[in-house]
Amino acid sequence: MSSHHRAPLKFSWNNPEFRALAYQFVVVGLAALLAYYLVSNTLHNLATRNIATGFAFLEREAGFAIGESLIEYSPSDTYARAILVGLANTLRVSAVALVLATMLGVIVGIARLSSNWLVARLASAYVELIRNVPLLLQLLIWYAVIGELLPGPKAAFHPLPGIYLSNRGMLMPSVDGPAVTGILWGLVLAAIAIFAVSRWQRARRRQTGVPARLWPIALTFVLLMPTVGWLLGGREFHLSIPHRSGFNFEGGWALSPELFALLVGLVTYTAGFIAEIVRAGVQSVSHGQWEAAQTLGLPRSRVLRLVILPQALRVIVPPTTSQYLNLVKNSSLAVAIGYPDLVSVVNTVLNQTGQAIEGVLIIMAAFMTVSLTVSLLMNWYNKRIALVER
Amino acid sequence: MSEVIVSLQKVNKWYGDFHVLQDIDLNVQRGERIVICGPSGSGKSTMIRCINRLEEHQSGRIEVNGVELIHDLKRIDAVRREVGMVFQHFNLFPHLTVLENLTLGPTGVLKKPLAEAQAVAMNYLERVRIPDQAHKYPGQLSGGQQQRVAIARSLCMSPKVMLFDEPTSALDPEMVKEVLDVMVSLAEETKMTMLCVTHEMGFARKVADRVIFMDRGEIVEENVPELFFGKPRTDRARQFLNQIVH
Amino acid sequence: MSMSTTTHTDQPVLLAPPRVRAKLATRLRQCLFQSPASAVLTILTIWLVLMLAPPLVQWLLVKASFQAPDAQACRDAGGACWAFIREKYRLILFGTYPHAEQWRPLLATALLVASIVWTAARRLAGLQIVGLWVFTIGAVATLMWGGFLGLAFVENTRWGGLPLTLILSTFGIAFAFPIGILLALGRRSRMPAIKAMCVAYIELIRGVPLISLLFMSSVMLPLFLPEGFSIDKLLRAQLAIIFFAAAYIAEIVRGGLQAIPKGQYEGAESIGLSYWQQTGKIVLPQALKVVIPPLVSTFIALFKDTSLVVIIGIFDLTQAAKAALSDPAWTGFGVEAYLFIGLIYFIFCYSISRYSRSLERNLKR
Repeated sequence: MSSHHRAPLKFSWNNPEFRALAYQFVVVGLAALLAYYLVSNTLHNLATRNIATGFAFLEREAGFAIGESLIEYSPSDTYARAILVGLANTLRVSAVALVLATMLGVIVGIARLSSNWLVARLASAYVELIRNVPLLLQLLIWYAVIGELLPGPKAAFHPLPGIYLSNRGMLMPSVDGPAVTGILWGLVLAAIAIFAVSRWQRARRRQTGVPARLWPIALTFVLLMPTVGWLLGGREFHLSIPHRSGFNFEGGWALSPELFALLVGLVTYTAGFIAEIVRAGVQSVSHGQWEAAQTLGLPRSRVLRLVILPQALRVIVPPTTSQYLNLVKNSSLAVAIGYPDLVSVVNTVLNQTGQAIEGVLIIMAAFMTVSLTVSLLMNWYNKRIALVER
Repeated sequence: MSEVIVSLQKVNKWYGDFHVLQDIDLNVQRGERIVICGPSGSGKSTMIRCINRLEEHQSGRIEVNGVELIHDLKRIDAVRREVGMVFQHFNLFPHLTVLENLTLGPTGVLKKPLAEAQAVAMNYLERVRIPDQAHKYPGQLSGGQQQRVAIARSLCMSPKVMLFDEPTSALDPEMVKEVLDVMVSLAEETKMTMLCVTHEMGFARKVADRVIFMDRGEIVEENVPELFFGKPRTDRARQFLNQIVH
Repeated sequence: MSMSTTTHTDQPVLLAPPRVRAKLATRLRQCLFQSPASAVLTILTIWLVLMLAPPLVQWLLVKASFQAPDAQACRDAGGACWAFIREKYRLILFGTYPHAEQWRPLLATALLVASIVWTAARRLAGLQIVGLWVFTIGAVATLMWGGFLGLAFVENTRWGGLPLTLILSTFGIAFAFPIGILLALGRRSRMPAIKAMCVAYIELIRGVPLISLLFMSSVMLPLFLPEGFSIDKLLRAQLAIIFFAAAYIAEIVRGGLQAIPKGQYEGAESIGLSYWQQTGKIVLPQALKVVIPPLVSTFIALFKDTSLVVIIGIFDLTQAAKAALSDPAWTGFGVEAYLFIGLIYFIFCYSISRYSRSLERNLKR
């Protein structure tokens, strides 16, 4: 039973609660006055310059083309649709870059800890180089390298079958056809099913000691479900491999130089920071943990997987979250090399309609939403792996 | 001439649902030395921290030097000026020299001129027997020396009551004696009212006028030291005394 | 190796340790070929380096032209055109600052770098740091603008290049610092209204890219001002950077405040110090000492971020490269220009971070 009795609110300066209220009153009041002053100036200035307010402009026709987009778009569509295209571009680049940067970052981070001197030094050099040059400059350099140093399409680099690099971007083989969606859905369902089965197996092992063997089941799912998807999709899909045709290429999927430069820049940059985080995380696990695990007789790989990595993850996840958020925010630099991401599209809209405030609000709202979502997801994951303490 | 300088009447405190102080009644006479002991979690530290408002009690009445401790900043400041506290972990300010640690309170709060504050500080540093450390930083001193500086720091404010919250618990065994000696000489040479939470029973025997035993938030037994250690009245006190080495 | 044995004393016999220096071959084996996997990695890496290094070195140095009469000669040579940099380095480094007065931005740059290094060295007390920066900011402003003390006036639209980048980042942090401290204290306050406002500001600013803040300030600040007032383009960029940096500094200071043990607050309270006395004399001095390393890395990050002002048309180091490239006589040398600038950024940021790290190590000892 808890009993709280609050001291009666006396209107005396010495009552700490009254004092706190008074301070807050004054501060909020000043802030409100400032806001009022700024808003009234703004409205006045907007009126004198004949600039409209409100979001009605979103219904108007855009009138400008967008270089590349994930969804259907033409200049006769509305501004709203144009902005949506920009948003889709941002999300696409961020998602792909996030995955690739994580993979590269983990590899480089572990490489830095390698006992092979050459590999460790190279990884260190990579990280130092990346972290000490601004991202914008790196993007400009990549863009300039692609534009100036790569050969034209006629003499394109051909490092792997089906992949061509030239100053018009990169070409990759792609898959086409109605069955593709079926296959993709099959893969997604397989992933979910594998996850569920692994949870069930782990619980069963904890209760009965029956060891879990995941990979036969996993293999079955990965083979079975996409096949079902392919069957349901009409069995029609073909591989489109780029091949020369005249002065250019046909087929395959093209990554524009802008997108290519942006991806390479973002991935290499973020990977550099993630590598540092991974290294610090693994090093933060005290050496005593290695020693204790090894005296139990565990082989090195098991020690890494069961003892070191779970503890290292706890140190790695929070800063990695910031890096993911930074990556999403950094994708806005696309405006400097001409990739039509959200910021660059809104910038065009802003210039055409003059409605700067609404444009900026749209940008900020979009980024805040994405940031909050990523934050929430990572915080949930962080809580799951946290150590239980008194 | 004895008068009650600290009085707690039916003081209760909860941490959430946990009843940490239950109906505490305590009257401390001016110049009295009280040792408070008990198992961990019994509320002893919480009780003395309520006296200088580092913790807030939720019901009951606490009066220090005639001022009632309520939700009034002026009264809280007045009480804090008369009550000094020595912490288990010293809480010296590491970025100030020993002398600056001691003069911060008198110059900042009591508004004394710096020269006067420094003279008082050096005087107390001599009393705690480390005048030569005045210009060192706390990080350069041993634990025992740091705690003696902490005692001097509280004394520089000329308090009427000194609270000690397990002052020797964080010290290495060889340094406990030097701090206890200072506390004993403080008791013998001045008429300072002292409330001391400690496990050092030798100190209690030597110096205490009263020993108070707390368990699970209530005052279970209080007595003069000879009777408390010799003929404990309650079972809980007896059990506690058996567990500690005294 | 000497061994001294005296049989007539009770002193223990002290032997010098044997000096065993592994042969070069053994050491190489340990570093590079310790296990089969390691051997494979070494061979792969060496192969990669051998594949990439020669064409790179060829382009950078061997076929490069360090001196060329004009652009065509440079292009014909086939390698990097460093002659372009020789032509344009003053434009890139100092922007369109009048040629004869360029010693002034050079001096200003030197002053700023010296102040940064001195601050990072942590050998100064709090008030001395403030004094140093007040002096530096004043001196730099005088040098760059001129107008008195016999210096010709140079308006800030002509500033550019490296000094401008340094000014934007150092002034940015210097002015953002007090704001950041207030925000951090506000965020830890127990007064809900103040805490909410500080949290909202910090999370809002940290959730959006710097570019959007630059756009915002470039486009919206003029609207906020009453009619007749106009605000300089450079000032708009500087204000955006200040408000941006303040949010990040606030989080760093908050970390420092959290690192102060509760006992310090209690010690100060028990002597009777008021909130502002506690904060000013006890809490902040300790917290700020702890946060200087993350502050240095924030400064490095901000220094790199100032390159974004290119996008709103301010003539910083990156824009200077673009300007040099826009000369029709010299086109197509983007890679050289950007590599040159990249080198400047790299030298600057790497040196500061190395210095800061070595200071960390010295302090830990």
